[in-house]
Amino acid sequence: MSEAKSALPATETEVSRRAFFTKMGLGSLGIAAVGTLVFYYKFLSPNVLFEASPIVNAGRAENFPQDSVTLDVNSGIYLIHVAEGYFSLNAICTHLGCMTAWKQEEGIIACPCHGSRFSREGQKLAGPAPKPLPWLKTWLSDDGNLLVDRSTTIPPLQFLRV
Amino acid sequence: MASRIEGYFEKLEGTRVWRSIFRSGTGNSTLHRALAIQQNVFLHLFPTKVRRRMLGFSATWYLGTLTLCTFLILVVTGILLMLYYHPSVPQAYADVKDLKFVVSSGMFLRNLHRWSAHAMVFLAFAHMFRVFYRGAYRRPREFNWVVGVILLLVTLLLSYTGYLLPWDQLAFWAITVGSNISAAVPLVGDKFHFLMLGGHQVNANALLRFYVLHCVILPLTAVLFVMVHFWRIRKDGGLYVRESEPGKDEPEPIPGAAMEKL
Repeated sequence: MSEAKSALPATETEVSRRAFFTKMGLGSLGIAAVGTLVFYYKFLSPNVLFEASPIVNAGRAENFPQDSVTLDVNSGIYLIHVAEGYFSLNAICTHLGCMTAWKQEEGIIACPCHGSRFSREGQKLAGPAPKPLPWLKTWLSDDGNLLVDRSTTIPPLQFLRV
Repeated sequence: MASRIEGYFEKLEGTRVWRSIFRSGTGNSTLHRALAIQQNVFLHLFPTKVRRRMLGFSATWYLGTLTLCTFLILVVTGILLMLYYHPSVPQAYADVKDLKFVVSSGMFLRNLHRWSAHAMVFLAFAHMFRVFYRGAYRRPREFNWVVGVILLLVTLLLSYTGYLLPWDQLAFWAITVGSNISAAVPLVGDKFHFLMLGGHQVNANALLRFYVLHCVILPLTAVLFVMVHFWRIRKDGGLYVRESEPGKDEPEPIPGAAMEKL
């Protein structure tokens, strides 16, 4: 009986023991490899960051006289007061992340790294920067302080009237 | 006097301890010389036979060897600098200042490390130009050229990661700009930027990550590929000789040929 069984030709759908275990082994190694990649990716991404809060308290609105441009180097934002109202710009250059500076005498914002230049409203005037400086969400708190959310951009020319 | 010293050496080479370490034995025969190279774990990366002319300055300008020498200087000075440097935000810059003004020979070691780094990048490029313009990258040496390109990338990454460690304004803005370039890669750029810095900006996590890359991961990678690079010189038939050069008619030194003859 056993002889007759072994004499049967293996059909194409039949998998030999060796091929089955090879596939099982390679399959589990593949799953383990993907798991290892996920493990490393998760491990290398910090879950808690000791970075400053995106919301910045800029202080009393009266501290910013009209036609003034104030750079806060710690948070990397401009607080600007013009006739239409207050607004905030992200001071980080859209080219490669350098801190820009306000040039009072020329009335422009300039980046020291690669020479990008922006208008007071953030529009790009010259240089390699691909985008204008983004406007940041700015509002007045209940106790009369100007708050800026660095993580939320708004369309340009939305002035805050106080 | 000289013969007496030679006699001592011969005696030493005959001792059981010496023979247990150096198995090739004493003697000046071709076999013994070949064995001395072939049976040594470090030397066996190199060919057992080299044309005398290829050891001259004009054949290679020693550019590869000089690149290796700068790497070895960087390893030694780097390990010494690690003994005084803490990769933390409050201390990193102060430690570099201390190295300059307080630690004995600290300024010398730091400058040696920095200048050797500059020299290594220059020499690696010069070595590649030399190989390229001699045509030494061609078959059967294509793979060794690829290994060389990987080594150039590792060298540049070593320079880049080391640039952050002094934690001064130059370091901070250079790494800010450099990491933002990587963030410009489509789809994965931002994620890669986040993983590389361990955050959204150059900060304590970035300093520590760059330190580990600079002192452990990248040097080990470099050593690994340097070993493959040397071994492939031997496997690809030794240093390259141009068709038109004298000595081309000599039989190609086949690795291990000296052994087979005997």
